[in-house]
Amino acid sequence: MSQQTSVLYDVPGPRQRRITLISSIVAGLVLLVGAYFLIYRPLDDKGQLSMELWGPLIDPSNENFSQVWDRIGLGFKNTLIAAALAIVASLILGTLLAVLRIQLKSLTRLRFTGMATPLAYLLRGLSTLLSALTRVCVEVFRGLPVVLTIFFVARGFPEFGLYLDNLWYLIIGLTIYNSVVIGEILRSGMEGLPGGQAEAAAAIGLSPAQSTRMILLPQAFRIMLPALISQLVVVLKDTSLGFIISYEETLNIGKQIIGVLGNPIQVYVVIAVLFIVVNYSLSKLAQYVQRRLAKGRKTAGTPAQNPPPAALMSQAEGTGGI
Amino acid sequence: MNVLIDKFDVFAGGFWLTLQLCLLAAIGALILGAIVAVLRISPVPPLRALGTSYVNVFRNMPLTVVMFFAAFGLPALGSNADFLRIPVVDSLFKRLGTDLPYFRFALIALVLYTAAFVCEALRSGVNAVPAGQAEAARSLGLTFGQNLRYVVLPQSWKASIVPLGSVIIAMIKNSALAGFFGVVGDLSASADQLTGAEGYAFVPVAIGISIGYLIMTVPLGALLDRIEKRQAVAR
Repeated sequence: MSQQTSVLYDVPGPRQRRITLISSIVAGLVLLVGAYFLIYRPLDDKGQLSMELWGPLIDPSNENFSQVWDRIGLGFKNTLIAAALAIVASLILGTLLAVLRIQLKSLTRLRFTGMATPLAYLLRGLSTLLSALTRVCVEVFRGLPVVLTIFFVARGFPEFGLYLDNLWYLIIGLTIYNSVVIGEILRSGMEGLPGGQAEAAAAIGLSPAQSTRMILLPQAFRIMLPALISQLVVVLKDTSLGFIISYEETLNIGKQIIGVLGNPIQVYVVIAVLFIVVNYSLSKLAQYVQRRLAKGRKTAGTPAQNPPPAALMSQAEGTGGI
Repeated sequence: MNVLIDKFDVFAGGFWLTLQLCLLAAIGALILGAIVAVLRISPVPPLRALGTSYVNVFRNMPLTVVMFFAAFGLPALGSNADFLRIPVVDSLFKRLGTDLPYFRFALIALVLYTAAFVCEALRSGVNAVPAGQAEAARSLGLTFGQNLRYVVLPQSWKASIVPLGSVIIAMIKNSALAGFFGVVGDLSASADQLTGAEGYAFVPVAIGISIGYLIMTVPLGALLDRIEKRQAVAR
């Protein structure tokens, strides 16, 4: 029995195994028949399985084959470029944002004793204001659809006289959203650490900034590594929004191919398979890293850290994006 | 800023349309997601494989591709999603009944895509129930169904409400994509229309559209935060 079902079942006995076997065969047959009538037949009736439509995509001897795959390769390269740049930019910005929010939060608790009273009040007010401001920014940029962020960037920047390549509009749009998400992931990672760590750091004379940089942040990265890898899947999927601003990524190229060859279903099947293979391997990697981290933690004998908030984790598992 | 007042009906209408799309998609996704979740925890291997492959396929594919399938694949197969014109429902939600099929296509795509995440959220709730409790239930002699009904499901429902909520928030945001796939008059299509064809100033339009989405996403997010904090204390 696999892990997730062990809660609900006992190890099956001979009778249960026989029942399972019989119902498996029945269910398998029903699924096959269903697939034949619901998927194969409609496709075949409309001639969607003909070699004319599939040939350019799967038949190397087809005259269009190499050209089509050259284009898809180019599109996929563009997708990867955009995703890589966006993830690097959002990692940097997200780290800065997380550190900023942590620092601001600790500043608002400070009373600034020993300063002139008006100055102390001013500083307290300022730090509270800044803290609230970053909070509002996070809520706004997290609450907006990524599509619109990208669209607004591409429409808005030229309005203010800033003309960039489509690639940069896409990257900026993706970075705005993902840096906020990554920032929140890292922040919750830091806040989930046992409180004693920051106290110990303070006891050996590290400043709050130093303890964040040397103690909290590295651990937050480590705990959140699986979530960060999953976020990569989100970014990779989100780059497909580039077609809205006519950046030449995989989907946009697919659209061009369809314009010439007129085989939408086939091209999208191929593109979907491409995405699924890459993203599936990435999420497997994330799971593997998570397992390794869990093992490492157990053997090191450290107390179990607070698991990150469920909402954040599930967001990091890919619901946050398109 | 005049556009916010002059075109208030466009913003309000866009908001209303987006809200309708989200409501219908949420209902559909919750139903389909629950079915897939049941498949994934069922004891029959082929059904489990079906559920697993559904989740893996739709979770790793961009929603954009799903939308393309719905908007161009279905017509190529000769369907315009007529089966969604459910008699009573389509009079409540006028867009379902109108002849422009893109609303229904977008709805199908959103439901199919979101159901995978709903399934995972529900399943994470089942997994959150300590194994010992289910074992205890079994040793008391409860059957599989009783175990589910009295012990596991009531608790898993509580554990999955927060992840489910974030799935729904994500779905609301994802619905913005529908406007770029021919759904006329929702919030994101209005943004395109107002700044592009009608030439209104960009910033006020962007603010108006953003407010429309933030009204839906931010309060829901705040609510989830509160529920999560309460649960953390209760535990």
